[in-house]
Amino acid sequence: MPPVAPRPGDAIFASVERVNAELFTLTYGAIVRQLLTDLEEVEEVNKQLDQMGYNIGVRLVDEFLAKSNVSRCVDFKETAEVIAKVGFKMFLGVTASVSNWDAEGTACSIILEDNPLVDFVELPDTCQGLYYCNILSGVIRGALEMVSMKTEVTWLRDMLRGDDAFELQVKLLKQVPEEYPYKDDE
Amino acid sequence: MGREVSESCLENLLIEIVSSFCTGFYVDKPELAARRIEAIGFQVGHQLSERCAIDQPRFTDHLEAIKFICKDFWSELFKKQIDNLKTNHRGTFVLQDNRFRWLAHLSVDPSLDASSSIQDPSAMAKNKAAQATGMHLYFPCGIIRGALSNLGIPCAVSADISNLPACSFLVRIKA
Repeated sequence: MPPVAPRPGDAIFASVERVNAELFTLTYGAIVRQLLTDLEEVEEVNKQLDQMGYNIGVRLVDEFLAKSNVSRCVDFKETAEVIAKVGFKMFLGVTASVSNWDAEGTACSIILEDNPLVDFVELPDTCQGLYYCNILSGVIRGALEMVSMKTEVTWLRDMLRGDDAFELQVKLLKQVPEEYPYKDDE
Repeated sequence: MGREVSESCLENLLIEIVSSFCTGFYVDKPELAARRIEAIGFQVGHQLSERCAIDQPRFTDHLEAIKFICKDFWSELFKKQIDNLKTNHRGTFVLQDNRFRWLAHLSVDPSLDASSSIQDPSAMAKNKAAQATGMHLYFPCGIIRGALSNLGIPCAVSADISNLPACSFLVRIKA
């Protein structure tokens, strides 16, 4: 039997259960607001959002692999493309693009021009230093760690800070070789 | 049809709300955690009903407003209406959703009585599973309270899941 072809992101998005994006956006906003009240320090809020994203990414990768039929990516370049074209589309319904590769092919930018997390969001001056969408960087880091890639994800551009797009730099730190729990002869 | 995201985005956020407010700083303070989770729901309900009620004529009485919650508002949230509405005509309403989506993926001990536990989170501290499920109910209760509050109706909201997968929300309007 031929291998099952990977499914394009929009086909998956069309087939999954979906909810009103407003509900999602408002819920995320309410979380950020509550964390700002509770944690007081913007830096702590950034950390907490990243951690929540990481936990989500760890879970989300299973759903991603199950629904997308994506097979093993040959290299980090392909991985980044798959995240941008399939991952973002099937969960958030938007497409991201990949650019700014470094010479070694271990760092790139994922660029998002349309981001449902920030619909109707404006940051007050007191939130300088807040990475409002930090949950996204956590999700990418968490998901990639589950497929043996240690990464560092940082924001280079942020529309809430006046930039013209969201740009996440994803840097591959280490590809952890897969360890099998058993040896053949045991 | 407005903009949509995959349901698992929202589900995962709800899981993280509960888990991040029930660990770390809040681990021994379930009452505080519960209040935070309810507050997040309240905020969402308040804003969402503002947007959702924009084209509605002014409600003439409480029942009208509750019906708006059961039909239009619930449809915004779940693409379905509340299945059953009961009232004693003295300010208490029971809104039942026969298959409440946000609990569909949770494993729940059917023997627990959340209607009492949700009023008193410390009482469920003994039973971790009951507590975890109870924590997931504060968000929708907060949403309903926030939505009604935005319509000028102060109330208290609790939930009963003794009949899963059905979930009933008890709304007591403050005189």
